Amino acid sequence: MEGLTLSDAEQKYYSDLFSYCDIESTKKVVVNGRVLELFRAAQLPNDVVLQIMELCGATRLGYFGRSQFYIALKLVAVAQSGFPLRVESINTVKDLPLPRFVASKNEQESRHAASYSSDSENQGSYSGVIPPPPGRGQVKKGSVSHDTVQARTSADAQEPASPVVSPQQSPPTSPHTWRKHSRHPSGGNSERPLAGPGPFWSPFGEAQSGSSAGDAVWSGHSPPPPQENWVSFADTPPTSTLLTMHPASVQDQTTVRTVASATTAIEIRRQSSSYDDPWKITDEQRQYYVNQFKTIQPDLNGFIPGSAAKEFFTKSKLPILELSHIWELSDFDKDGALTLDEFCAAFHLVVARKNGYDLPEKLPESLMPKLIDLEDSADVGDQPGEVGYSGSPAEAPPSKSPSMPSLNQTWPELNQSSEQWETFSERSSSSQTLTQFDSNIAPADPDTAIVHPVPIRMTPSKIHMQEMELKRTGSDHTNPTSPLLVKPSDLSEENKINSSVKFASGNTVDGYSSSDSFTSDPEQIGSNVTRQRSHSGTSPDNTAPPPPPPRPQPSHSRSSSLDMNRTFTVTTGQQQAGVVAHPPAVPPRPQPSQAPGPAVHRPVDADGLITHTSTSPQQIPEQPNFADFSQFEVFAASNVNEEQDDEAEKHPEVLPAEKASDPANSLRVAKADSKTEEKTAASAPTNVSKGTAPLAPPPKPVRRRLKSEDELRPEVDEHTQKTGVLAAVLASQPSIPRSVGKDKKAIQASIRRNKETNTVLARLNSELQQQLKDVLEERISLEVQLEQLRPFSHL
Amino acid sequence: MAVCIAVIAKENYPLYIRSTPTENELKFHYMVHTSLDVVDEKISAMGKALVDQRELYLGLLYPTEDYKVYGYVTNSKVKFVMVVDSSNTALRDNEIRSMFRKLHNSYTDVMCNPFYNPGDRIQSSGSVSLSRAFDNMVTSMMIQVC
Repeated sequence: MEGLTLSDAEQKYYSDLFSYCDIESTKKVVVNGRVLELFRAAQLPNDVVLQIMELCGATRLGYFGRSQFYIALKLVAVAQSGFPLRVESINTVKDLPLPRFVASKNEQESRHAASYSSDSENQGSYSGVIPPPPGRGQVKKGSVSHDTVQARTSADAQEPASPVVSPQQSPPTSPHTWRKHSRHPSGGNSERPLAGPGPFWSPFGEAQSGSSAGDAVWSGHSPPPPQENWVSFADTPPTSTLLTMHPASVQDQTTVRTVASATTAIEIRRQSSSYDDPWKITDEQRQYYVNQFKTIQPDLNGFIPGSAAKEFFTKSKLPILELSHIWELSDFDKDGALTLDEFCAAFHLVVARKNGYDLPEKLPESLMPKLIDLEDSADVGDQPGEVGYSGSPAEAPPSKSPSMPSLNQTWPELNQSSEQWETFSERSSSSQTLTQFDSNIAPADPDTAIVHPVPIRMTPSKIHMQEMELKRTGSDHTNPTSPLLVKPSDLSEENKINSSVKFASGNTVDGYSSSDSFTSDPEQIGSNVTRQRSHSGTSPDNTAPPPPPPRPQPSHSRSSSLDMNRTFTVTTGQQQAGVVAHPPAVPPRPQPSQAPGPAVHRPVDADGLITHTSTSPQQIPEQPNFADFSQFEVFAASNVNEEQDDEAEKHPEVLPAEKASDPANSLRVAKADSKTEEKTAASAPTNVSKGTAPLAPPPKPVRRRLKSEDELRPEVDEHTQKTGVLAAVLASQPSIPRSVGKDKKAIQASIRRNKETNTVLARLNSELQQQLKDVLEERISLEVQLEQLRPFSHL
Repeated sequence: MAVCIAVIAKENYPLYIRSTPTENELKFHYMVHTSLDVVDEKISAMGKALVDQRELYLGLLYPTEDYKVYGYVTNSKVKFVMVVDSSNTALRDNEIRSMFRKLHNSYTDVMCNPFYNPGDRIQSSGSVSLSRAFDNMVTSMMIQVC
């Protein structure tokens, strides 16, 4: 790095800037973000900025040390003066003016010095380099001074000579002033007490040019039209002179609507003043717009038709392309007509555009029509609009709807005190935050409202019990499913069984009582159920063979009845007996069925599977397929887990393995086969989760079995396997009720888990149903295509 | 993901046509043009009784070896034609429908703009396009070619 010789003024200026950028107070390295802002404020093309950064060594070092920073500033000055960027030019260019940063600190620093004393230190709040205009009242004054500063800065920009001087004056104060300004804006922007469009007109003109320069850097997002306004604000004392310096840009506007321009300028200024919101509309501006609106449409609540608006805005002599872009931005509800707010936004954008600000890609938040009409004066830029997509000829743009809630949410915040404005702006300098809100909001409750079925039954207990039973049985025999049931407490068995039965019933696809035991979300459940049904329909064989395990608890009458139905339809009277046995607490049976259940529980399809599981216990004693259930459960659980992607951490290994196999098929199969199992599994997810750790190894084998079963049994094998498993499980199931106390906790835990599983399963269910629908639609479309293609066969 | 999306006016001239740049765009233009015959055939066949009863989504117009062409017509006889890659088997009919719906929505948004004269080309170039939202939406539907 070449030696850098700086004049005193430069030294001061640079050190001020450095300290500005040095928000971390490292005194060594400046934050890159700030530096970049500063450079943007310099209004240099991006490649120049990059070149500067490279030359000063920051890219090499990766950070801006003091020396790099100074060199960079010098290079900025060089670039701004029009000299080619060379490393040696740092020292060779003589009489280099201080680098000018639009609305950046430089200007402000030079300016502020005095006027900002009134302002608090806003520095932090500024997103851009320029300190936001001061707030109302006193703030206003500050802002005015700020404006003047800005105006001055812009003036500086326009007059190379001045910057050299001004920095020298202000450097010492700049950091402070800057800070002050930044605080300022939050409050003041919106309300710049402008005298009125008229008197501001000329100052605006100047201010605008000035502010625009300053503001440009400011927000970084959209050229802050306020900059110009800033200048106009400057109409207050000191700036006036400076303002005159910037007449150029402003004068353009006067052509069509001088008054409008003035208003716009005011608005723009206001915008700039609110550092956090360059697009805010000031009161005066708004009033002006409202008046204009009235000339077209006397009813303030009415609409301005598109044609009238087109004529009106065409008068501004902007190119049609830009006008159409403005329209796209401002016609929020896309109805082809402008409400008052939309009109104000459009007007504001037109004014901004005429003042030289580029149109934003997205409508700035402050211009967005609010969902709620806020007439509050403090709310400056906001254009409360009805977000009514009512008029839109086409469907309301879907993109808008999602954003609306976020907007709605932000509006109240925005409309509140200026501090909130600050926060808001700090949060997101653009509407992107809104969209972020959307994204944040939307996934807020994936599990809660929409999909979550309200489990009415006490599934957990049942499943738990089943799990326990299975576990016990597993210990006894080789049934891998048993280990899955980690939960010891079987007292909840009843509940579990009930829940599982409910699951089963809900899910029962084939002819099983399809009463939606899932109460929580009727639609979901229903859909799930239907899906289940459809799925199970695909594998009728599967569903038939494994009868739902007998419900151990009598309390689950419903489940019992379901089981009965299932048993009736599916199996021999054994099941019925099993079912009957449930009420009296048939511990052994549920266990085996439960065992597989918990393992499987996770799957969404768990519905079917659950039913299997639930029935499986019943069947256990009778059918050899019971074992299969457990396998299915595990499999289903794994499948469901896989589909759900996530909840399955319980059986992580199960999931991946299962996933390998055709999840859909397996699920279907599993459903068919282990509906009850599924249920128990679902209910027993909690159980399973409990036993996740210990179950880790066991699920694997179970999974494998299930997988193989799935592959094998397309419809038949499972029965045999299941029966085998079931029998084994049943045989080995120890008595259910172990210890009441333990059970209670276990039950509760299992209830929780089951609920989670329920949610997961329900979701999986719905997903699967959706898949089914899609597949059916595809089928239909294919058939149609086939039809249609016949005439084209010759092609 | 479509390979080419075109909006054809009632008089069968293109209002907007956009293809993935890597391909020979002329080929796509030709495909779209030939598909118009199919569209007309479908319209006439279906819409004899009542235009209202005619469904807007026309479905697969005709498949070629490499591509499939889908059609959609609005009530004002503005046609949307979409060419998708045949190898894109994951693309379901539902998705095509939703893509057309989005197209339709964006198109109506463009129509709502009083500064847009019906029958004008929907400009997709320039710093400030007449239909930036439309463009963006179409871009999102096009195949992302690396």
